[in-house]
Amino acid sequence: MATESLHHDAHAEEHEHHDAGPTKVFGFWVYLMSDLVIFGTLFATYAVLMKGTAGGPTGADIFELPLILFGTFALLISSFTFGMGVLAMNANRVGQVKMWLGITFVLGLMFLGMEIYEFHHLIHEGFGPDRSAFLSAFFTLVGTHGLHVTFGMIWILVMLVQLSTKGLNDKTRPRILCLSLFWHFLDIVWICVFSFVYLMGVLV
Amino acid sequence: MSSSSQPSGHGTVKSYVTGLVLSLVLTVIPFGAVMLGSFSLPVNVGIIVVTAVLQVLVQLVMFMHLDFKTEDGWNMLSFVFTVLILGLVVGGSLWIMQHLHLNMMIG
Repeated sequence: MATESLHHDAHAEEHEHHDAGPTKVFGFWVYLMSDLVIFGTLFATYAVLMKGTAGGPTGADIFELPLILFGTFALLISSFTFGMGVLAMNANRVGQVKMWLGITFVLGLMFLGMEIYEFHHLIHEGFGPDRSAFLSAFFTLVGTHGLHVTFGMIWILVMLVQLSTKGLNDKTRPRILCLSLFWHFLDIVWICVFSFVYLMGVLV
Repeated sequence: MSSSSQPSGHGTVKSYVTGLVLSLVLTVIPFGAVMLGSFSLPVNVGIIVVTAVLQVLVQLVMFMHLDFKTEDGWNMLSFVFTVLILGLVVGGSLWIMQHLHLNMMIG
């Protein structure tokens, strides 16, 4: 009798987890959609203020495409390495998940290093966000993306700690899935940034 | 747990490698076109827009596994709704501000 009820409880709990995981991930998806709208407003702001250079530099004057290409490769490859981490998670290989997350973190760091170098260089040259409407919008849009990447990397570190202490379970698995969506989402935003801000900016 | 109810729960090494190769190619093409500078402005803009859209689709389908099945299509529906809002916000802002510029005869 006791065994039966225990078994029943365990089953009920398991059933609950079955429902909670996907719901959590879907909830996070809805958050990502709202975040997408935030970036949409920043893109719209940038597009409107793009020509407002106030006698300062234009995009063509300050954007260094080889540098951007380097950062873009780092971020695109990191999206792939995170995907490999999710595959390793599905195969229940904690060690591999940690390895892929670690590689993703390093690639994220390379991207962030590129961006910090670019920002520092621009501000040093006197082309900071206070120079013109164009640069204000540019720093806000690209900086917001960079902040997201920073928080994504903090989240990766937290997950590395949780994987070491808790391992893969019903709590940590949905978190990794949410983080993977977040990381791919940042890639999508960056694709729009390098296409419409940097490449278009150099042309127009 | 059926694979259809778990976003990002599926995908294979092959699909991720395909996604990576596609995204790298779709990055090199627009960067190459702009950096070599051998095309006219409209052609370059066309290349950038087309590769960017394809690239976003690669990320959505290959990496985020967006389809019509996960969560009974709610992922897709919320995404389509967001794209509509983005269209209104970005397109509407540009449309309004351009008219404002013309009417005030600046820029």
